[in-house]
Formats: sequence, C-alpha cells, structure tokens
Amino acid sequence: MLISCGQQNQSSNGALSSSAAEKVYVAPGEQDEYYAFLSGGYSGNLTVYGLPSGRMFKEIPVFSQFPTSGYGYSEETKPMLNTSHGFVPWDDAHHPDISQTNGELDGRWIFINGNNTPRIARISLSTFETEEIIEVPNSAGNHSSSFITENTEYVVAGTRFAVPVPQRDMPINEYKGNFKGALTFISVAPETGEMDIKFQLLMPGFNYDLSHPGRGKSHGWFFFTTYNTEEANSLLEVNASQNDKDFIAAINWKKIEEYVNNGGGTKIPANYAHNVYEEETHTGTTTMKKEVLTVDPTKVPGAVYFLPTPKSPHGCDVDPTGEYIIGNGKLSADLTVHSFDKMLAAIESEKFDGEAYGIPILKFEDIMAGQVKSGGLGPLHTEFDGKGNAYTTFFISSEVVKWKLGTWEVIDRKPTYYSVGHLMIPGGNSRKPFGKYVVAMNKITKDRYLPTGPEMEHSAQLYDISGDKMELIYDFPTHGEPHYAAGCPAELLAPKSKKIYRLDENKHPYAVTTADGSKVVRDGNEVHVYMSMIRSHFTPDNIEGIKVGDKVYFHITNHEQDFDVPHGFTILGQNTSELLIMPGQTKTSVWEPKQVGVWPFYCTDFCSALHQEMQGYVRVSPANSNIELKWSLGE
Amino acid sequence: MKSTIKLTALGFALLLALSMGCKEKSQNTTTAAEPEESTTVVESNKGQAFIEDDGSTPNVLQIAIGSEDHTTLVAAVQAASLENALVNAGPLMVFAPTNAAFDALPEGTVEDLLKPENKDALANILKYHVTPGNYSKDFLKKFKKLGQANNQNVPVDVKGEDVFIGGAKIIGSVPAGNGIVHVVDKVILPPSQ
Repeated sequence: MLISCGQQNQSSNGALSSSAAEKVYVAPGEQDEYYAFLSGGYSGNLTVYGLPSGRMFKEIPVFSQFPTSGYGYSEETKPMLNTSHGFVPWDDAHHPDISQTNGELDGRWIFINGNNTPRIARISLSTFETEEIIEVPNSAGNHSSSFITENTEYVVAGTRFAVPVPQRDMPINEYKGNFKGALTFISVAPETGEMDIKFQLLMPGFNYDLSHPGRGKSHGWFFFTTYNTEEANSLLEVNASQNDKDFIAAINWKKIEEYVNNGGGTKIPANYAHNVYEEETHTGTTTMKKEVLTVDPTKVPGAVYFLPTPKSPHGCDVDPTGEYIIGNGKLSADLTVHSFDKMLAAIESEKFDGEAYGIPILKFEDIMAGQVKSGGLGPLHTEFDGKGNAYTTFFISSEVVKWKLGTWEVIDRKPTYYSVGHLMIPGGNSRKPFGKYVVAMNKITKDRYLPTGPEMEHSAQLYDISGDKMELIYDFPTHGEPHYAAGCPAELLAPKSKKIYRLDENKHPYAVTTADGSKVVRDGNEVHVYMSMIRSHFTPDNIEGIKVGDKVYFHITNHEQDFDVPHGFTILGQNTSELLIMPGQTKTSVWEPKQVGVWPFYCTDFCSALHQEMQGYVRVSPANSNIELKWSLGE
Repeated sequence: MKSTIKLTALGFALLLALSMGCKEKSQNTTTAAEPEESTTVVESNKGQAFIEDDGSTPNVLQIAIGSEDHTTLVAAVQAASLENALVNAGPLMVFAPTNAAFDALPEGTVEDLLKPENKDALANILKYHVTPGNYSKDFLKKFKKLGQANNQNVPVDVKGEDVFIGGAKIIGSVPAGNGIVHVVDKVILPPSQ
C-alpha cells in the first residue's frame, strides 16, 4: 500500500499544519516580512504580494488598461500605451527585476518586459506606478528580458523571435541566414531611471530565450540561452530540436560599450515609442524615436562567444559569486553548469570549436564546471539562497530540487502542485539573496482550490528553505499567469512608500489647486471642466450649457492631503472608465454626451460618511441650443 | 490492432482504490485535495495522477492503466514512482510495450527490475519510452531519431508502412488528453551510457 491509513495520516497532518500555520501566519494588524512582485503574464500587469502570508496588496497596471484606476483610459495615461503600432492596450508581462547597486537590491525601481509588442517598463517603488515604457525596435517576442546589470547600468531586452532587420517584405522560408536576433542594451539614468537604447547587438537569427547578467567577477558580461540554432521557420517542436546542443551566448557588454563610446556601430532608421510619465505633472507623454545604434558582433573582436549547452536550454542563471552559469536544458534531465573562469581561460588560449556566423564557439569540455544529474524531468529555472545552494524547478516532474554549487550533489527535492515554471527567492538572482523562502509559480492548478469552472487562477507554493530540507508551508492563488517574480525585504520599500502627492507641487496644466479655482471653459466644441474634489463634494457640482456633440474634458484634482483618501469619478454614459484620483493628483476623463438630458456624476470610492452625497449633474442640451455655459456649487 | 487497448474506467478506479489503501475510511476520496502533507508522510499518493476527473480525455497514464494488455508496464511505472510525470501537461508520447513484450525479455528480468534497489535502472528504461512531444505514427516517419526523457536518443526506422522506434514496432496508437500512446511490440532498451 502506498500510504499509511487514515487516522495516522490525520494526526501527522495536524501536527505539521500547526507549525506550518505559525510560519505563514501574519496576525491581524501585523505586516509581512517581504514584498513579492509577481508578473501577471497575460494580464499585462504586475501584482504585489506579502510573504509569507501570500496576501495580495495591489495590482499595478503596466501594459494593460486598468479600469480600476483609469490607467490607459485617462488622458494622462493613454500615452503610456502608445507604440509604433498605435495604441496597444495589452501585453504579456514576464520577468520583473528590481534595480541593484553593487549587485544588491536597492529598491528604487522594478522593470518588466512586455513580450508581444516588445516593450520594457519601469515602475517606481515609491509610488508603485508605471513611470516609463520604451518600445524595443527590431525585436519580436521580447522574452530574454528585462534583466538588469549589477549597478542598473542597463536593462537588457533580448528577442525571442528572429526577424528581418530592418523589417521588410520577404519570403518566410528565406529566414535562415537572413533574419537577425537583436539583443538590446537600454541604459538607465542613475538619478532619474530614464531609459534610452544605448545599442542593439544584431546576433545570428536564433531564438534568444532567457538571460542573466554576470555579477561580481563576471560583471560586465551578459549570458543568453538560445534555441533553434537550426534556424527553422516552421514546426519548431521538431525542427528546433535537431541539434544536440544549442548555445549560451556570452556577451562582454563592457567591451561593446567601449566600442560604441568610441564611435563604433551603425545608426539605422527606426520608429519606436518612448513614453514617460512625470510625477509633477501627473502626465505621460510619447516621443517617437527615429534611429537606433546597431552593432555587428563580428566587428568587436573578443566581445561575443558561444558556449555549447545541451538540449534547447531555457533558463539562464548566474550564481551570486558570478562563477557559475547554469543552462537549464528543458528537454534534458540534466543541468549544465559552465565556469566563468574556465570560459575566460578558454578564450585566452583561443581554444575554439569552430564558429557560427563569425562568432567563436568554445569547447564544451573546456568550459563545463559540472552537470547536475537530478533525475528530474524538464529543468526550467534556478535561483540561489546565498549559502552555496541552488534551487531548480522541473516542469515535467513537477518539483523543486535543491542542489549544492560546486559538488552538484542533490540535497533535497519537493513536489510542486503542479507543473512549475519559475521560482523566486527574494534577491535570489542578485549577489545577496535572502534565502528564507522560495515561491514556486505553477502553471497548472487543477484541484488545489475550490473549482471555479474551466479557468483557474495559477497556484503558487511557498517553501521554507531556512533548514537543510525544504518545507512546503503554504499554497496561494496568483493573478493572471505569473512567469517570474522579484522579492525584497519589506524594510527596503515600506519606509519610503509615498503617502500623498503634495498639492503645492502639482504642475498639471489643468490642475485646480485652490478652493475657488474651478471653472468651465469652452473652446469650439471642446469644453474643459477644471474641477476639484474634497470630502464630500465636487466643485462645481452643477454644470449647464453642454451640448450634444461636445467633447467634455473633466480635469479633476483631489484636494485631500490625507493618506489613503482617494476619490473616484464617473458619469453616466462614460465610454472610458472611472478615474481613481489620489490625494493631490489631477486626472482627466473625456466624455462625449450623445443624448439630451440631465446626467449625474458621482464619487466611486467610498470616501467618507457623506460619500453618497458626493454627486452632481451635467445638463446636456441639443446641439443647436443657446443655453449659456454656467457652473456652480451650493447655489 | 487497436483492439489491444481497451480503456475501462473501472480499471482506473480499481487502481485508485488500491493505491489509496484506506479509501473507505477517508472522507475525501481525492487524496491530493487534502491539506499539506507532512514531509515525513509518504508523498507517493500526491499529485496530478491522483486527481479524480471524469470529464477530460484520459491522459497517457489513465490509458495505460485502462488497458488489460499493459498491466506489467503499469506495475513498472508504479514501482518507479513515475505516475505524476506521465500526467503532466507534457505533451508526452509514450511507447507502451505490451505484456507480451515484457514476457519476451530473458527470464527474471522484469522481476529484477521491479525490486526496490533497481528503481533507478527501471526509471531509466521507462523514461527511454517517453518523448516530450505528440506525433502520429505517420508523422513520426519524418524523424530519424527522438530525444527521450532519460536524456538519450532513440532511432526511428521506417519499413514500408511500419514505424520502428529503437527496433520496436508501433502496433496501435491511442490519442490521450496530454499526448499519445503508441503500443509497441518490444521493450526498448537504452544503449549503455
């Protein structure tokens, strides 16, 4: 028989339940020890959780319109979703990464990639708002992104799909040798965080799957896993699995940086959006950029090498010391670990095993540090605890395997429920991991929770990794499809989390910063309502003289200066969404009334004891009426 | 030859009852839905293999379990604790030797492999029968080799209409919810590493 009998089973569950419960229990009024930021995958957004409680605190809209706050619907935030393909109100968000200084988390910003229409976003970790989105030209399926170097010099975006560069009309079956794989290094301004494409390395047309920066001694290098080195353009599940080994591409970005700083590289025409949201004006603006600097890897000797790695490696992870580069061969049972020191020695002695498109291939045997033979199936991703251990997820065998760096010995394995993708240890991809918990993010939920029809939220499992053996202590649902996550100690962010926007710093051109500053201004068929709100009324709350066919801009400023007192705004027949306006903030909603009548608006956020009284009316007259524009409060 | 596979829900239910042992004492017959198990409690009854689901197309494990011609294979999968790997999203392609194929091995081989001390060797052989993929017999003619779950390649040979995987002939095929089962007439032994 495979299990022990009922009663015995119950009692041992009971004993464990209490100790696991103590480990994850955060009492009412108490706060969590860690923040965790889980990508929302196809929700396009980023969710904020607490660990160990698994409580969700917030969903931060990034690449998707979000009616809850009006992100992507308000006039100020619509520009954030502009691209060279027009307004794209959705994306597939994958890999969040927190900014670092000296290889340690510094908690200034978190970056995340949009896969589908290639973009990188930067989110402030004091306002928890998306501040910037830059489109990545010449890229497609922006998957080996958005990983940052150890002083946040660059956020890196690698293309999954090779494409013609520049894009052009050509037969698909001429892919081989003609398509390119662009690896984009986006500089991050040290003070403001503002992103700018420094250069694009135009690599051979492989698929660049995942990446991580070197750290410590390997700082200055970046490593990308590849698959489809066969350069197949159809039925990849067969044709991209013909080679026994693909490559990890090792890029010496410092060398390329030096090359471009000395005038190297070729500027080519491009067209991509750069969207920046300013905190002072509460407004986003789009600039279309028209040029990008490209680098041919063969023109920079000593900058790019290929490390042969078995079986279409997926995750590409670098240990906290920077010595080990781990290729997780997803169609293999084993992990391949390369040594940075051995790689340098092989480069030094020029021991190459041929080349691909002019890029030297190192010899597998010369650079390999070891192989982890775990017996698991389908390794995907590895993180580190800072105590010399690594933790790898196995998709097919649904487990997390703990193994030792250097000896490659398997120390422990625990099942996940079910089919785990990424895992996350707070700081687990930096020089200083906080090795107390690992979160496993699973793709399949099935029976973990009460069923909710065919579609279930994905499940995550929390393991205590403070001991020799991992212990599963909690199970919680996530939102969207969490691919990767980033986490950090609560004390890094909580003290500097913004509470209000100061009204006297509000530079929005339509802001109303004084109680008597409200007005309504007509400009042809455009009407601008300069409105303010405070508990528990709008100023003005009666507006007449609006006509069918007008385009009415409600510019609304929240006059509260009190933490956590937002107000909402909506009006009947609004074709966008509500607005949720933070204290001291101004947001704008456009309303185009189509019917004559008297239409109410109200506050959507339960703000006060007199919340239900926080309302007003707009009188809409026929297009040809002569009703004069007037507005009032309390008349 | 498709008659070699007879899927019976009864067979699956019987196995569940057997593997759970004290089913009648348990309030919840789906053991995987119980609270978190202790790390000290045997975990072999946990995971996707043990979820009750009569609405979905049977997966490759359920198909093998339901076939009276694959009882040796099923016993071997259980001895190697590979149940959960076979119900994964995959896709998985399983080359399933019949009981007769196992009987054709030298006397004592199967009994030896089923011994607990040979669990790893058994798992290695069984994984050599599994490909991450889902291809029909016809489609397999496009391949020269397949990369198997034990990390070794197996050759694919075509003779007329017949397809041989590592020398074993495909004699029937059953599509599954998470892949496909190809019934083969021989046990495929991995080349020594």
